[in-house]
Amino acid sequence: MIKAIQKPSVAVHKFSSCDGCQLAFLNLGEGLLDVMELIDVQHFVEAGAINEHAQVDIAFVEGSISTPDEQERIQNVRRNSRYLITIGACATAGGVQALRNLNNVHEWAASIYAKPEYLSHLPTVTPISQHVRVDLELWGCPVTSHQVLAAIRALLFGVAPVQDHDKVCLECKRQQTICTLITKGSLCMGAVTRTGCGALCPSFGRDCYACYGPAEASNTAALAHRLEGLGLPRDAVARRFLFINNAAPAFAEVGKQLLGGK
Amino acid sequence: MSQQTVSINVPVLARVEGEGALDLTIHNGEIETLHLRIFEPPRFFEKFVEGRDYSEVPDLVARICGICPVAYQMSAVHAFEEIFELKLTPWIRDLRRLLYCGEWLESHNLHIHLLAAPDFLGYNSAPEMAKDYPEIVRRGMYLQEIGNSIVKVLGGRSVHPVGVKVGGFHRAPSLQQVAELLGKLEAALPIAEKLVTWTTTLKLPIHPQNFTSVALHHPDEYPMNEGRLISSAGLDIPIQEYDDYFQEFHVPHSTALHSHLQGKPYLLGPLARLNLNFAQLPETVKARVNANGGGVTFPSNNMYDSMVARAVEVHYALHEAIRILKNYHLPDHPSVPVKVKAGIGFGCSEAPRGMLWHRWEVNATGQVTASRIVPPTSQNQSRIEEDLRIALQQLGLDNPPETLRVRAETVIRNYDPCISCATHFLKLNVTQV
Repeated sequence: MIKAIQKPSVAVHKFSSCDGCQLAFLNLGEGLLDVMELIDVQHFVEAGAINEHAQVDIAFVEGSISTPDEQERIQNVRRNSRYLITIGACATAGGVQALRNLNNVHEWAASIYAKPEYLSHLPTVTPISQHVRVDLELWGCPVTSHQVLAAIRALLFGVAPVQDHDKVCLECKRQQTICTLITKGSLCMGAVTRTGCGALCPSFGRDCYACYGPAEASNTAALAHRLEGLGLPRDAVARRFLFINNAAPAFAEVGKQLLGGK
Repeated sequence: MSQQTVSINVPVLARVEGEGALDLTIHNGEIETLHLRIFEPPRFFEKFVEGRDYSEVPDLVARICGICPVAYQMSAVHAFEEIFELKLTPWIRDLRRLLYCGEWLESHNLHIHLLAAPDFLGYNSAPEMAKDYPEIVRRGMYLQEIGNSIVKVLGGRSVHPVGVKVGGFHRAPSLQQVAELLGKLEAALPIAEKLVTWTTTLKLPIHPQNFTSVALHHPDEYPMNEGRLISSAGLDIPIQEYDDYFQEFHVPHSTALHSHLQGKPYLLGPLARLNLNFAQLPETVKARVNANGGGVTFPSNNMYDSMVARAVEVHYALHEAIRILKNYHLPDHPSVPVKVKAGIGFGCSEAPRGMLWHRWEVNATGQVTASRIVPPTSQNQSRIEEDLRIALQQLGLDNPPETLRVRAETVIRNYDPCISCATHFLKLNVTQV
């Protein structure tokens, strides 16, 4: 049983990311001011609050761990937080930048930067949960304001936040969106992707590219097989699994298998 | 004279997008070191796009920046469209401008109200400022939301929208969506007009400086996706010749990639755009700048007029979005067909923070073989450091450290630096004196 929090203190921490998930707060429009009444924001650099080492009830963490400094910083965040929530694909699954795990990052650095010795980075990019205990993971690239607010609301009421575990496919059916995989033979990931975006891409007539990450109990191997059966090139299918959530185990496994089986 | 060393270290810059810091050492009344430090980890976008199909690029490059994903999508798709020699329809061209209007509205209002205004009104943050000036913060949020709603109609969501593809759009908005959006925008127009007047009467500091403005310029309109690159020092080149005039390099005191135009720092962003393109604005937008005798004129050499420039662009973006929506019709096709071929293409568009230059190379099957992405904030870095030196000297280096710190932060934030955008910003380790 979670104890209801009266006016929770909140921190928003950024690691390797594009800043897009923090916008779940800053894009609330006038609602942001109402939310600020319900919570006590201790640390949120982009919004002007700096108190990095404050003890807080809820820490929202954006971004993945890619440098030695970040590795240390996340330990402090965990120590200072009662409830740690990851927001977005980077924090939850490593994000798009985890694509560098599949290559030799030192060669990459040498090819982009004249002085790669000045760079400081870990050999791999990893999600927050590989470093500290995470109490709740919000998937999505980016997460929506709704996901973030629902989590805060649930904690204010003293209940565990409810997560939607449906697949994008089910959302499409509810919206009566035309299936892009069946009608166009397109490389749609809806059958294995967690819902939360509102099945946006199919509603635009295009295939889902899995920015919300793998859904529970997804048969990713069967989907890969089916996509190849439609005549889609194996490397294109592999790249689709190895995209925004390339380091999520359910996607990484199939993607790497496809690449290896060439 | 006694030896005196003052060290100012701002470990984390607040109210900027991404993470940066400032190290400043003053020794015997002179600036010894001045480092705008960036500790945003490199994410290697230019490398992991290699081997990807061109069609995957718009969704990939959007992830470079959550604040300006549209800019990254726009510069990239225009480069591929150049390679594939696509002829875009006027409908696509208009809607791309509409999309950009949305991003300018989002980003500029976020900056004016949440990030910059507290500096000029004397607060630490917007929520703090909202207690005394609730209507100003609410106005900002409202106008930002108007921008979000444009991007949502065209791309489904305001961050990492999904509507754009090489060759056009995946879907055309319905007439009903357009009618609803138009209603919202028309209601917001008077509010944007008031915003312009408010910024012209803000009593911003006046500190003229010499700097070179750089922006796109288009003969028929205010620049967004197309045009030649021009500067206030007489540059006038096609975007394809960028590398002949602009150089990215490492400076001795910093490991961050800086950028110079023919050996000198230069300014990008709303003030640079307006300085070079004021004449391209519609009369009603021009007239508003001087409606209340605020005394701000463009071109301006006062960096703080960036606030006004941003507000003028908010007004313009709304005006332009309304124009496009009023002419809206359903197209036969929201995109043109793509025929892949090998080649090299360039894209340059006006991100909220300034010109964003791309170079893309693809093979005969449409796979990316090389890319270069030069974001506006990395280009502005040299100018920010130059401005800091001048501004702190103008203020007087003998001021208390706290006064110097506040001024330095104000100067940096005035550029609306978007550090997450920095595809190749490096981490620095500076030894404090």
